[in-house]
Amino acid sequence: MFIRKDPSILVFLAILALFTIGATLMSEAYGSGALPTSMIKVLGKTLCLALAALAMDLVWGYAGILSLGHMAFFALGGYMIGMWLMYARTGEIVSATLSRAAIPPTPAELQDGIASQIFGVVGSSDLPLAWTFAGSLPIQLILIVAVPGLLALVFGWLAFRSRVNGVYLSILTQAMTLALALYLFQNDSGFRGNNGLSGLQNIPGLTDVPQADISIWFLWASAGALALAYVLAAWLVSGKFGSVIRAIRDDESRVRFLGYSVEGYKLTIFTLTAMLCAIAGALYYPQAGIINPAELAPIASIYLAVWVAIGGRGRLYGAVIGAVVVSLLSSWFTGGRAPDLSLGFYTIDWVDWWQVLLGLSFVLVTLFAPRGLSSLIDLAARLRHPSRRGRDLGPDVGALREREAKA
Amino acid sequence: MTALLEVSGVSKSFDGFKAINNLSFSIGEAELRAVIGPNGAGKTTFMDIVTGKTRPDEGEVRWGEKSQSLLKMSEARIAQAGIGRKFQRPTVFEDQTVTENLIMALKAPRGPFAVMRWKPTRDTDERVSDLARQVGLADQLDRRAGELSHGQKQWLEIGMLLAQEPRLLLVDEPAAGMTLAEREQTTALLRRLAETHAVVVVEHDMEFVRRLNCKVTVLHQGSVLAEGSLDHVSANPDVIKVYLGR
Amino acid sequence: MRAFLLTILLLIAQPLWAQDLGAVLDANRDQIAKPSRQTIGPVITEIAAAGEGADRVLAAWADRRLGLAGDRFVIVEGDSATDAVTGESVTGDVDGLRPNSGVRGLIAAALVQFQLTDPDPVRRRAALTAIARQSDESHLAALREAPAESDPILAARRDRLERLLTIQYDTDTDARLAAIDSFDGDAGTDLQAVLNPLLATTRFAGPELPADANVARALTPDSENLPRAEAYRLLVDAGLAEPRPTDADIKAALTANIAGDAVGGVPVADLGDPDRRDDAYTALAEAGTVPTAATADEVDSALEANAFADLFTEPSSEITDAARASLRGMQTREGIMQALDLSLDALSLASIYFLAAIGLAITFGVMRVINMAHGEFIMMGAYTGYVTQTMIADRTLSLIVALPLAFAITFGAGVLLYQLVIRHLVKRPLETLLATFGVSIALQQLAKNIFGTQARPLTAPAWLEGSITFADGVSISTIRVAIFVLALLFLGLFLFLMNRTRLGLQVRAVTQNPGMAASMGINPDRIAMMTFGLGSGIAGIAGVAIGLFAKVTSELGSDYIVQSFMTVVVGGVGNIWGTLAGAALIGGLQKGIEVLNPSNTLAAQTYMILFIIIFIQFRPRGIMPQRGRMAEA
Repeated sequence: MFIRKDPSILVFLAILALFTIGATLMSEAYGSGALPTSMIKVLGKTLCLALAALAMDLVWGYAGILSLGHMAFFALGGYMIGMWLMYARTGEIVSATLSRAAIPPTPAELQDGIASQIFGVVGSSDLPLAWTFAGSLPIQLILIVAVPGLLALVFGWLAFRSRVNGVYLSILTQAMTLALALYLFQNDSGFRGNNGLSGLQNIPGLTDVPQADISIWFLWASAGALALAYVLAAWLVSGKFGSVIRAIRDDESRVRFLGYSVEGYKLTIFTLTAMLCAIAGALYYPQAGIINPAELAPIASIYLAVWVAIGGRGRLYGAVIGAVVVSLLSSWFTGGRAPDLSLGFYTIDWVDWWQVLLGLSFVLVTLFAPRGLSSLIDLAARLRHPSRRGRDLGPDVGALREREAKA
Repeated sequence: MTALLEVSGVSKSFDGFKAINNLSFSIGEAELRAVIGPNGAGKTTFMDIVTGKTRPDEGEVRWGEKSQSLLKMSEARIAQAGIGRKFQRPTVFEDQTVTENLIMALKAPRGPFAVMRWKPTRDTDERVSDLARQVGLADQLDRRAGELSHGQKQWLEIGMLLAQEPRLLLVDEPAAGMTLAEREQTTALLRRLAETHAVVVVEHDMEFVRRLNCKVTVLHQGSVLAEGSLDHVSANPDVIKVYLGR
Repeated sequence: MRAFLLTILLLIAQPLWAQDLGAVLDANRDQIAKPSRQTIGPVITEIAAAGEGADRVLAAWADRRLGLAGDRFVIVEGDSATDAVTGESVTGDVDGLRPNSGVRGLIAAALVQFQLTDPDPVRRRAALTAIARQSDESHLAALREAPAESDPILAARRDRLERLLTIQYDTDTDARLAAIDSFDGDAGTDLQAVLNPLLATTRFAGPELPADANVARALTPDSENLPRAEAYRLLVDAGLAEPRPTDADIKAALTANIAGDAVGGVPVADLGDPDRRDDAYTALAEAGTVPTAATADEVDSALEANAFADLFTEPSSEITDAARASLRGMQTREGIMQALDLSLDALSLASIYFLAAIGLAITFGVMRVINMAHGEFIMMGAYTGYVTQTMIADRTLSLIVALPLAFAITFGAGVLLYQLVIRHLVKRPLETLLATFGVSIALQQLAKNIFGTQARPLTAPAWLEGSITFADGVSISTIRVAIFVLALLFLGLFLFLMNRTRLGLQVRAVTQNPGMAASMGINPDRIAMMTFGLGSGIAGIAGVAIGLFAKVTSELGSDYIVQSFMTVVVGGVGNIWGTLAGAALIGGLQKGIEVLNPSNTLAAQTYMILFIIIFIQFRPRGIMPQRGRMAEA
């Protein structure tokens, strides 16, 4: 069994379980209330980001594809669930209003009412074609993975087929997410332009349940999704498939001469991770409450890569650690909760200086600690990288560097 | 005897430089062939064309009983069809163990989903340890390939080539960086392989070629200069002129 | 109106019939005192024809300076007043006349004929302007009858105006056609304003088209131009069909007729179903409670039985044809002009992308490294320009100082970045990309901390403001021309540097084969540092140029960085011409797509990026790829 080969999986799952139980016991809904509901939401969202980072680690750390567009899939997942949330919630409100009239509304009237409620802000009252299935939860749940998956499949097929790789591919994925963001920014694209979808924290049918309860449910769901995805990822990378994608990362032309269709593998891992990101997004945005096209800005995807790099790429727990540490630190510093640092002649206000610190520490990590925060774990586990006299593990640009390798 | 691989009239130029010029070559099943030639004779480009890495400007490359063209196929498909390649510099996956390297090379379905479902069985374990024994790495199975010595990597790569069970082996300078004893071992292995496979050895070292004792093809400026036994070609005045530089 | 025109013609033609001004005024005293727009026309005509002094009276009347002192008409001039007829000064109370705007319009129209013959050219010009602004058919005659114009410019204007008015008001179709033809090749807005109303249409619905109708186009119901509901509404409006209640009408009728918990025998709870609503309405209609509605079949047959068309209000098909042809010609010419204007726009956009991308292309070409902080170097250049301007007041001078200063600063920053980060990540382009991204966010935030988040002005010197106009509608702002020139300058400089200097030779050597170059005694590290510095320096200069027309903010660089990447990717890294081609393609494409959908620049960018993704399919290494065996490996 693959778990026996890699005990870190069990350690990770245990820590995740402890974290979830701890958060539950300190929540307002089921425990002491030491953690306010807003904090529970932050934690739940962080777990979703960790899930996205996990996917990023699979595609970059293991397969060597530096995608700068995976947050686009994350946001698309959010849009897909957001459509249902907004449609069904607006439907509840509209039918409550209409049912006060003497005559019960027809389905068409109901739909018109919902459409003009949702799209009034962009000056439209027609339901766009993309919203055809917005009323149906099962279909929309399928679309959460189907739409980003299909986009990744088509984009990946086009890109990998023409052997675009390395920096070119990174730029191309960045262009993809920018194109998608610009498309969604348009008012007439049918997704409310820059208003985005809002009110997503109100779950249809659960109007009477307080947010404190809903937030903890979402925390559980996020933790569950992360645990499942972690096990799935661990299973994937432990077997022959993992062996092949790591081989592709280090030396893809050699893999070709072994008879593996490199493009097929890249496409598989690209699409699969896109779907994982989409699931993470679908869990994230109901906790965030709002999604708009700014979430697809190329910079968001680069941050995803930053988390993985800071956590240590090529190891699954590294991605999770990176995402959790950096995003929690980010919200701590930018939230104004970090104490100012007085230098005597100048006082550093972290709200202004956190980005500078992050940027520089990121450069330092890349230069001096390629394994990132995982090197601490390696230190504890007495793992040392092999001495390779400075050579990388393979000729490809995505290959692991000497100091990133495990002994 | 029908040819397993038939290359006819192939040309390829890079920016006006003709790396391969109207080259024709064929090899049958169970044949050992040495390809020699000075630097820039087109040996590597020839192998690149056969394995699908480089597309020729003109000419035909046909393969197998059905004489299917290799020109439309991807590298992976060509490899699956039964052409294995060993590179001049040992290229193994250094981040992975010897076992993982060999398992990857083992003949098995190559599609992503088939690979996901793949599980080691007693057969595959035996095959891996058998291959490791053949190339002298039986006690190194769990070591990472990156930690092996240069010679061991050469052997691992040969092991991977064998694991693929190809019908045609393209071997690029197998003896480079090997000790005398290892060379002899390699010669024996290649000769044994040639009893059941087609083997093309690209080699610089005349001594090594003499030891292989097989038909020799001399390349020069991208086309075949002479073909025959080593004694026959080394008696050829053209060959003496270009290859020995006199 | 035609009679009115004739009167004027007659009166002007025979001034001897003119009555004395005083007599005319006296005869129409009541009308003049309390004018009505409907009846005052003849009176104004009469006054206008009364000879000497008439224009003064009319002008005063129109200006509300005409008044009654007792029974004498007086003209008020400031505090004094003079008799309207005799001109002698009058004292005493003046009862001012206040004609409404309709009446004043009529007066003004009558005044025009006087102004046209006024000795003062300024007034004559004013008259022409007045007519051009608001004309009626009386002006046509006035223009035709006015004596020959001595001023050639005014003569040309008057002639043009006369022809325009002919198109509008002449009764003779041939004269109008001739006038339209005489404007061949003209695209003036005044002509368009005259021609467009000729093509005004009304929508017709009826059993048969009128025999003499000038049909613009026939319509079929339920087509794109005439939706079914709209067609039926036309029939209802024309009284040719029974109205069919809308869903809202039906709902209202049903709500009004709820009896107990049912309507027309249908339980209220069932009315969520549209079919059941129809049943209920039919039941109500049968009971006579609500008016019967046309059935779907009736609607069908009504639509079948009637013809629909757009008819020109202008009866003469010759005129409409000529007007249409003339307008179409205008559109073609306008299209050509627009295309020209657009190419200029595209050219300037391409120059900007070229400037922004050239540094990136150099570093990418030599080192295979994408510098994500390139955008921030552009920003640094722009801020350098801003800071220089705060210190040196003279804008031209500050620009002259800023350009080399920006180059020096960003060159230094580039060299520093190379020494501290990039040289430690040789052959690791992806790590370099991410590390330089770290530098990029740090620099961006640093700029925010220093300069604040609001935009800083970097003002161009006066001689760069304004624009150069080539033809009607084709113009380009001077600053964009300057940027184009700057781009050309850099192209030249770059070519010189690469092909004529030792550094260029070494750079080319390192690009093509680093190993071989190193063995020839070239220090690749030093060359890489120099090229990186050079690329960054050019980014700084691009920053000053961009800052001149865009807002200088900390996000300035990131606005251009993706386009710069695209330029490099599309152009290929082989040589400078590739970058140029990439910039031209991207700039041209973006402008081109904007034309197809001018309101939506977001869509233009979306489609452009999609195009690039597809483009990469066919030329994965760009328009001008690096060639050779090394590149294929």
